[in-house]
Amino acid sequence: MPAIEVSGLKKRYGEIQAVDGTSFKVEEGEVFSLLGPNGAGKTTTIEILEGLRDKDAGTANVLGLDPWKSGYELHRKIGVIPQGFKFLDYPTPREAVSYYADLFGKKVDPDELLKRVILEDASNVWFQNLSGGQKQKLGMALSLVNDPQVVFLDEPTTGLDPQARRAVWEVIRKLKGEGRTVMLTTHYLEEAEELADRVAIMNHGRIVAMGTTDQIESKFGSGQRMVVKGSEDLLKYLRENTKLQVEGERGEVVIFLRDKADAMAALGAIEESGADWGDLTVKRDSLEDVFLKLVGEAGTVEKGAG
Amino acid sequence: MMSFSLNRMLSDLKIYGRSSLRSREGFFFTLVFPIILILLFGAIFSGGGVSQATVYVQNHDAGPVGSVFISVLNSTSNNCSDSSGAGLCMRPVPADLNFSQYLSSRSASDGIVIPANFTLAYESGEKVNVTVFGNPSSTTSAVVSGIVAEVVNEFNVRGATGVHQVGIAPRTAVASNYKYIDFLVPGLIGFAALTSPMFAMVNMSSTYRRDKVFKLLSLTPLTKTEWLLSKIIWYIGTTVASFILMTAVGVYAFGAHITLNWGIGVFLLLGPFFFVSLGMLVGTVSNSPEAASVVGNLVTFPMMFLSGTFFPVSSMPKYLQTVAHVLPLYYMIDGLNNVMIYGNFGAAYFDMALLLVISVVVFALAVKFFRWRED
Repeated sequence: MPAIEVSGLKKRYGEIQAVDGTSFKVEEGEVFSLLGPNGAGKTTTIEILEGLRDKDAGTANVLGLDPWKSGYELHRKIGVIPQGFKFLDYPTPREAVSYYADLFGKKVDPDELLKRVILEDASNVWFQNLSGGQKQKLGMALSLVNDPQVVFLDEPTTGLDPQARRAVWEVIRKLKGEGRTVMLTTHYLEEAEELADRVAIMNHGRIVAMGTTDQIESKFGSGQRMVVKGSEDLLKYLRENTKLQVEGERGEVVIFLRDKADAMAALGAIEESGADWGDLTVKRDSLEDVFLKLVGEAGTVEKGAG
Repeated sequence: MMSFSLNRMLSDLKIYGRSSLRSREGFFFTLVFPIILILLFGAIFSGGGVSQATVYVQNHDAGPVGSVFISVLNSTSNNCSDSSGAGLCMRPVPADLNFSQYLSSRSASDGIVIPANFTLAYESGEKVNVTVFGNPSSTTSAVVSGIVAEVVNEFNVRGATGVHQVGIAPRTAVASNYKYIDFLVPGLIGFAALTSPMFAMVNMSSTYRRDKVFKLLSLTPLTKTEWLLSKIIWYIGTTVASFILMTAVGVYAFGAHITLNWGIGVFLLLGPFFFVSLGMLVGTVSNSPEAASVVGNLVTFPMMFLSGTFFPVSSMPKYLQTVAHVLPLYYMIDGLNNVMIYGNFGAAYFDMALLLVISVVVFALAVKFFRWRED
């Protein structure tokens, strides 16, 4: 049974269709990332799965439970960090963890848990005096108090400096290492590439691409291409003597590769041409290229329902 | 499914209480501010009817009746050197000085002048006037006029029977056995029970929503009822602390007369119970922190001044007394007055019953309308 199963999910706020019929499955132990610009519907989707919001249509199942109707039961099995995690101003991380342990009725060693999220150095600092990264790590610690099977992280590194971001990534990798299912929303491509087993790209409430980053890149990208520095002569020679698809750009020759044989043929022909050439590279569309192609550059600054 | 857990409520109480004690503003407004108020108001009004008023007396009369009149006046007043005593202190003024100038040079307004022909006129049965100087807006002047009138009356009665042996029972100028501070202590306990829970809950209900702390808590087994009850218990604690501090200051610094009994405890429970619930309800039905703060102030401020906190409701005009009777805080303070000052439990039972009913209703409404999560 998948840990999370969503089908035809819809949610509207007034005029805005925040989520417009999304469907996906997340297997147990998988790290699944919803990637998309602001306003794509990521937070609404994840909040419906956490049981914080009701849906308008479709089905949502987390660990076999309806999150809205069985929220109270579900919350004992999942861990959540809401977007922009905030807590009371004055408790320390150690007190916050003890508080959560009491609420869940779990025996937890606060120091051990804080060590797991690399926050042991700040265990006695008031929450209001923690840095952004430390606050986020406390959020992770709290989400782990009840030893959850599924962890939901809504933009866990937004607004953090690169160092703090990497520290949070390290904790997320540990979660995966412990066999937990992780659902992560982010608008950082790098984060999805670094952490996720599978990615779903969301835009305007819809999933526009889904799979491993390799699958997305090869499906929506332009495929592999060989790029060499060379003159017009080289371009002309390849066009006349091979069946390869070739383009010239600013002193570079781009050869589109359909398979390995194309690569061998291209290399042979270049050598045979006798023309001057150098700096051979093989390129492929990155996730970023695909993302921009699917979402559009305007999408990255679009605002709307989270 | 959901059930009530004492452990969860207590751990919420622990973390909230700790936070409140660490918050300087919270600590100040909950415990320090009411003490400042009682010191301030206690000091300002400690003059009202308690301390001495000096009355200057000038005798132009050469005969004995003027002196007798003054000695009777003196018998109604205290020893002037006894500064702790209440009443009037008569100070003689030499007959050759201009009395009006003498008074104004001492910024004084109260005085009595006995005319030169007083003995003569009295013995011959002629009408004669004792002049009383006073400031119509001053309470001591009214007291002075009253005392002079009484002495004059006594003289007239005695004069008619021809008996010169004048006697009058000494009386103090204080009209009532209750002092301002006696009302101020219960009033400010009510003030503390109103303000810190109201402001804290209104603020919390909107900022917790904005910062998604409620969402966070909704993801734990903690229930709304447990959360709200822990706040009520905390503010009952702070109200009891205010009560102890306020009573101590009232009694030891200003000599307040207060009766301690179980009835006080009932109001110390019901007051915070009601105002925590009301603050939560106000914050919950408001859309934004700004709106919550406006609505909170609209509810809190009239109650703060019109419920008998700083001034007894009975001293207010009739229409304001009518307004006071619809303010819930009035019933807490009225109840505290009844049990702490008058020992009038019959009236206090009504206040208790009324507070209990509206508290239960408002608590139920707060729990009903207050949402952890949105739809």
